[in-house]
Amino acid sequence: MLEGIIIGLTTAITPMNLVFVIVGCLVGTFIGMLPGLGPMSAIALMIPIAASLEPSAGIILMAAVYYGAIFGGSTSSILINAPGVASTVATSFDGYPMAKAGKAGKALAIAAYSSFSGGVIAALFLIIAAPFLASVSLSFQSTDYFALMVLGLVSVAAFAGSGGVVKALLMTVIGLMLSTVGTDQTQGIPRFTLGMIDLIDGISFLLLVMATFALSEALMAILKPKNDEDRMKEKDASQNLGSMAVSKEEVQEMVPVIGRSSVLGFLVGVLPGAGATIASFLAYGTEQRIAGAKKGAEFGKGSVRGLSAPETANNAAATGSFVPLLTLGIPGSGTTAIMLGALIGYGIQPGPRLYIDQPEVFWSVIVSMWIGNIVLLILNLPLIPYIARVLAIPSRFLLPFILFFSLIGVYFVSFNTFDIQLMVIFAIAAVTLRLLDFPMAPMILGFILGGMMEENLRRALLINNDSWSFLWERELTLIILGLAVAALFVPVIVPFVRRYKKQAEKAGDNE
Amino acid sequence: MHKSIRAAFAATIFSVAATTGVLAADKIVDKIHFLIPGGPGGGWDGTARGTGEALTKAGILGQATFENMSGGGGGKAIAHLIEVKDEGMLMVNSTPIVIRSLQKVFPQSFRDLTPIAGTIGDYAAFVVNKDSKIADFKGLLDAYDANPTKVAIGGGSVAGGMDHLVAALVMKKAGADPTKVKYIPYDAGGKAMAGLLSGEIQALSTGFGEAIELARQGEVRILCVTSNAALSASPDTPTCDKAGAPGAEFVNWRGFFAAPGLSDAKKTAYQNSLAAMYSTAEWKTVRDRNGWVDIFNKGDDFVKFLENQEAQIGGLMRELGFL
Repeated sequence: MLEGIIIGLTTAITPMNLVFVIVGCLVGTFIGMLPGLGPMSAIALMIPIAASLEPSAGIILMAAVYYGAIFGGSTSSILINAPGVASTVATSFDGYPMAKAGKAGKALAIAAYSSFSGGVIAALFLIIAAPFLASVSLSFQSTDYFALMVLGLVSVAAFAGSGGVVKALLMTVIGLMLSTVGTDQTQGIPRFTLGMIDLIDGISFLLLVMATFALSEALMAILKPKNDEDRMKEKDASQNLGSMAVSKEEVQEMVPVIGRSSVLGFLVGVLPGAGATIASFLAYGTEQRIAGAKKGAEFGKGSVRGLSAPETANNAAATGSFVPLLTLGIPGSGTTAIMLGALIGYGIQPGPRLYIDQPEVFWSVIVSMWIGNIVLLILNLPLIPYIARVLAIPSRFLLPFILFFSLIGVYFVSFNTFDIQLMVIFAIAAVTLRLLDFPMAPMILGFILGGMMEENLRRALLINNDSWSFLWERELTLIILGLAVAALFVPVIVPFVRRYKKQAEKAGDNE
Repeated sequence: MHKSIRAAFAATIFSVAATTGVLAADKIVDKIHFLIPGGPGGGWDGTARGTGEALTKAGILGQATFENMSGGGGGKAIAHLIEVKDEGMLMVNSTPIVIRSLQKVFPQSFRDLTPIAGTIGDYAAFVVNKDSKIADFKGLLDAYDANPTKVAIGGGSVAGGMDHLVAALVMKKAGADPTKVKYIPYDAGGKAMAGLLSGEIQALSTGFGEAIELARQGEVRILCVTSNAALSASPDTPTCDKAGAPGAEFVNWRGFFAAPGLSDAKKTAYQNSLAAMYSTAEWKTVRDRNGWVDIFNKGDDFVKFLENQEAQIGGLMRELGFL
């Protein structure tokens, strides 16, 4: 293995390749910050350039752009609540409140450290366990994916916010309903399209998240202007906007979160049908549950753990998705599908024999992941104070900018004016609901998971001739569903048990 | 189908022979903007980018640009092409344009565009897991005859989509009831392959090109392929025709369309540049790494081929109750 790493290092580290890494990271970060352009489009844009380079340089360039775009995506969700890709939605839950509280630099720094650790740790797992995990990743069937989506949905309680669980559940249902609009993935029949061709492909995630997160946030700021006291506070806070100082306590809080989330993220990422988004939601939900009552209550209000967990997990999952790609040639996500195309373009056919037949390729891919992550960290840390100053822009300039940015971002993906109209409708609905204290995050969660959940369930039903017995007959499904039930009820039961125990103890003391 | 494929191959030989006079290094077209009706990474995307790459590297084309425009099952890109009427734009498309206009997913059909040429094809294949008890196509038929509900056949398209229709076509030609096919849809070929390897489906109807590499590496077994002769990429794989489904031939073509009302000069230039591409080393590299098969089929022959395919698929869809 050591030999392999050395092979990888010697191919990867040449002055020219380092230039590619630096350029790739910068370009990727910039592209990632634009809503609508995520890692997938960033890599797709790079392919013509990468194709003209020799394989190792091309792969390094793409890896750098990839990680850069992931980092850039987190930036827009932290600073202006505009997650451009699904995997950074969970980042905005705590990243944005933290930035709003005047700690934008810190939030960006935590995100950068977490992404870096998630990526590097997962690349290590990739080296150790790739061949073994390849077979595990393939043991997942549709029923197991369905169970996994249920587990993801259960974490909805973690996103309840101030409105309470009932409102969160209602919003989840709305999200699930919105996910059924468009051509159904099983029978190919259009549903709830109102006869409009623009709705045949369903509602795009980007449109929904930009309307309900970024647009509605900007509109809320106009509708509920801050009073003078808040403004003074904000002014004080903005003095330290760029400060990246993370206290010793916070580091101590982050380390175990990063450890757990990188394992979780990597494992979920390995599954070809799950991916970084589900990994980030699961990590967020898990950390909220195990944080305890006091720390758990901070989630959604700018918790260090709540920011670190999804950021670590989505990067670890992105790396994990290379397991089925490199060992079997099966792309689990749009991004890895493009990567596969690019690898094949170099005459490299990923598969069980890649590791043996072309070790230098396998290792240079992994080493380039490390280099990409390291260079990204080195490049971006000094930039953070400047990026964070975006929030120092007075809101009369910043808000129109956000409105413009979100609308244009969505329009540039589809070039369809219908999308803008739909966005305005969603934004108005979102503002109304937010004024009534309905949380938006559960709706997005329901929307993202709904489609996949339905597809896997219906496929499982088709395979099992419409019998539901797979829910309890297949062990893996049963275990995951069991976890979901536990996640749902343990937080309800534990306080009762504690109270009962306390009373029992008291009773014992009295005797 | 039979005849249409033959026609396609006849056309290939004819037109390649007719254009061998063109030197590969001659620049024929300055710039092509490729319109891709789906997202990055899919089959359409690979075809457009691969063709653009070969054309530019071989010096036939000055510059290739690409635009992904997904939406409406490809309908958005078709509508866009018709609306902007940009002569410099070529849209990649494939068999689904025929299927989806039959299904009325979008109101237009290939008749509303200027068909330039069919350029490549991929045959369909039946694939099983390496551990499967089904040893050959006959084994699959026996299992299907015994109990079709126990032979789940997956594919990377929706029910009534291409992979399903191919499975039904082969079963029909083999004398089995095509309406009994237990088809399991996945949203992409890669996920369908993961489903096969996980053991939840018994067989997979997919593109030969998507299965060949895993077959070479011993992970899956290809039972038969819908070509009219054994393929050089895998000479031991029987054709479905020989394996027990006489006449079960199908080619999933991919090709290019331009805006309606394209000038004849421009149309000829596009066709000549594509024709000149086949003999270049750059094209051979792109083609071979993707496992594509050349089927050059231009102009009126292409239109005839599309009409035949429309009739064939339409009949099958009616029989299966999808129309």
